[in-house]
Amino acid sequence: MTSLLAATVRLPFLLFFGAFLFSCGVYGVLARRNAVLVLMSIELMLNAVNVNLVAFSGYLRQLTGQVFALFVITVAAAEIGIGLAIVILIYRNRETINVDEISLLKW
Amino acid sequence: MSAQEFAFVLVAVVGGIAALRLVTSRNVVHAALYLVVTLAMVGGTYLLVAAEFLAWVQVLIYVGAIVVLLLFSLMLTKAPIGRETLDNQQRGIAALVGAGVLAGLVFLIQDYFAGKKIVLRPARTAQVGTAIFRDFVLPFEVVSVLLLAALIGAVVIARKEEAPEAGPERRVPLIGRRERVHR
Repeated sequence: MTSLLAATVRLPFLLFFGAFLFSCGVYGVLARRNAVLVLMSIELMLNAVNVNLVAFSGYLRQLTGQVFALFVITVAAAEIGIGLAIVILIYRNRETINVDEISLLKW
Repeated sequence: MSAQEFAFVLVAVVGGIAALRLVTSRNVVHAALYLVVTLAMVGGTYLLVAAEFLAWVQVLIYVGAIVVLLLFSLMLTKAPIGRETLDNQQRGIAALVGAGVLAGLVFLIQDYFAGKKIVLRPARTAQVGTAIFRDFVLPFEVVSVLLLAALIGAVVIARKEEAPEAGPERRVPLIGRRERVHR
């Protein structure tokens, strides 16, 4: 236990990991056509945010960051449920889930 | 470099490579499996900064539930293979934007947080529970209502409507001009 208490991790390592995941998510959201893949990329970005929250929770020695990460996970689960329901409905109606072909609301 | 940092670098490299493959792979099912690896590695990161409750929540909800949901939706929709059908024409611009975001973030982090260290103190599950139920009761309740709303909403949206008797006054589908396929 004492060795664990003394152990440290450099904060930028975690933040770099989070930044990299977030950038991958940004690329995925912008470059993918398939709506399910876009949703996966959004999950990646939410995970990057969670990594940052947990990192700062450890750095500031408060649990608030971890509790926030839990809430983010919950909201992400709700979001993916609704998102996939919409995707399946669109597929049923239009036989495609390519986001650039679904332009019904585009002016 | 401490042992924790070494382990963290290993986990982060595996997770980063999997994330990169996730957004570039040409097969949607492979992308979902790379997502599993990335999420598991993020969970490993949580373990390494001694946030064990969050790590198990990550494994349970993300790896256990969300990925299964994504795989099911890949199964229900057509899962085409190939770069041209999965990616749009803006790949170059998207890569540029992603690289720009990464460069900006890395610069800012290096500028401000270089040399800062996390002293690992294990966050026990009881402490997390106390924090939730003492300081964050209201958000907790709101989140439960949100989950209920999402549940009902997902059921209502994805439910197959009972088609009325086929006749001349058959309802036109809300989206799209194709005739509805009855399955």
